[in-house]
Amino acid sequence: MHSTETRLRALLISSMSGDAVAYHTFLSELTRHLRGYLRKRIPQLTDDVEDLVQEILLAVHNGRHTYRPEEPLTAWVHAIARYKLMDFFRARARRESLHDSIDDHLDIFCAPDDEPLAARRDIGKLLDQLPDKQRLPILHVKLEGLSVAETAQLTGLSESAVKVGVHRGLKALAARLRAVA
Amino acid sequence: METDRLVSLLAADVTPVDPHAGARRFSWALLAGAIGATLLMLIFYGLRPDLREMLVTPLFWAKVAFPVALAAGSLPVTARLSRPGAIVRPAWAGIAVPVGVVWLAGLAVFWLAPSAQRAELLFGHTWRTCPLNIAFLSVPGFAAALWAVRGLAPTRLRLAGAAAGALASATGTVAYSLHCPEMGVPFWAVWYVIGMALPAVAGALLGPRYLRW
Repeated sequence: MHSTETRLRALLISSMSGDAVAYHTFLSELTRHLRGYLRKRIPQLTDDVEDLVQEILLAVHNGRHTYRPEEPLTAWVHAIARYKLMDFFRARARRESLHDSIDDHLDIFCAPDDEPLAARRDIGKLLDQLPDKQRLPILHVKLEGLSVAETAQLTGLSESAVKVGVHRGLKALAARLRAVA
Repeated sequence: METDRLVSLLAADVTPVDPHAGARRFSWALLAGAIGATLLMLIFYGLRPDLREMLVTPLFWAKVAFPVALAAGSLPVTARLSRPGAIVRPAWAGIAVPVGVVWLAGLAVFWLAPSAQRAELLFGHTWRTCPLNIAFLSVPGFAAALWAVRGLAPTRLRLAGAAAGALASATGTVAYSLHCPEMGVPFWAVWYVIGMALPAVAGALLGPRYLRW
């Protein structure tokens, strides 16, 4: 568990200075940990696990400017995961889910889980609802792997508009994810 | 979309992150709050006419120091509540100590004063309007502070809203103290604190709704 903290933290720190490979590894490993964490927290609601994993991943991504390298990553990730989980509980107002204590932040890296369940909400469909200014940059740059310059040419947007579109689009996506929760 | 796909999507968005984003947002918020409160104070209340004399009066500086200390104390609390997992507890002292000091000083002054002067020390001439004036001057800073927190990642929304409100009202009170004629320490201990508590309460009420992300 301790080594997980060290490794993930190193990955996140390199990705914050622009290392995409490190960031991919970080997010993949984080996904496994989140899945394990949530399956233990809401064992009776397995259908919701994958939705929450995705929501927390987006929250981690959109909130990564609030992570300070000198602080423990475990506490930061746990606070975000817990916040999203509480939000989920509130939205569901399912009393029985609250009986399980979710206070022990050390648990978050304890039980990785590799096996994804199907997400109920389809982020792809939510993506389709975004305005073109945000949808097209995400579609081309992120999903089809085009460069920013190619996307700019293809869509007629400026390069900075493409970057801004991706950034805002991911935020909007997180907001929509929350709305349909 | 499967989670793997989402991970790839996010991983492709590795624009370098600004590690000072929080500091920058709070600097703007403080600046906007200070300018906004000063303008409102000048337009609606005006500087106290004897301000020139006050500049050499130690008691006046003590009065200004109180909200300045509170603003300085609520800033780290607000900033920490805006970052997931940050430890907040030690920072509360920055709010508790100034309030505690003014309460103790206010009690001492009240206690030592001849009973005929006590009512004047406690109520002054403006106790009815003072808290509302402070709350009014805090409005620009309130909006700015909530904006700053909202752009970060608060996870305790009620507390974060309250801290942002306290930060805004402390800033507003600095501006108000340039107008306010009251010089009784017991007066500040009660009416200033009530005035500053109003935006904090408003923040606690609005936080869960407005700061949600």
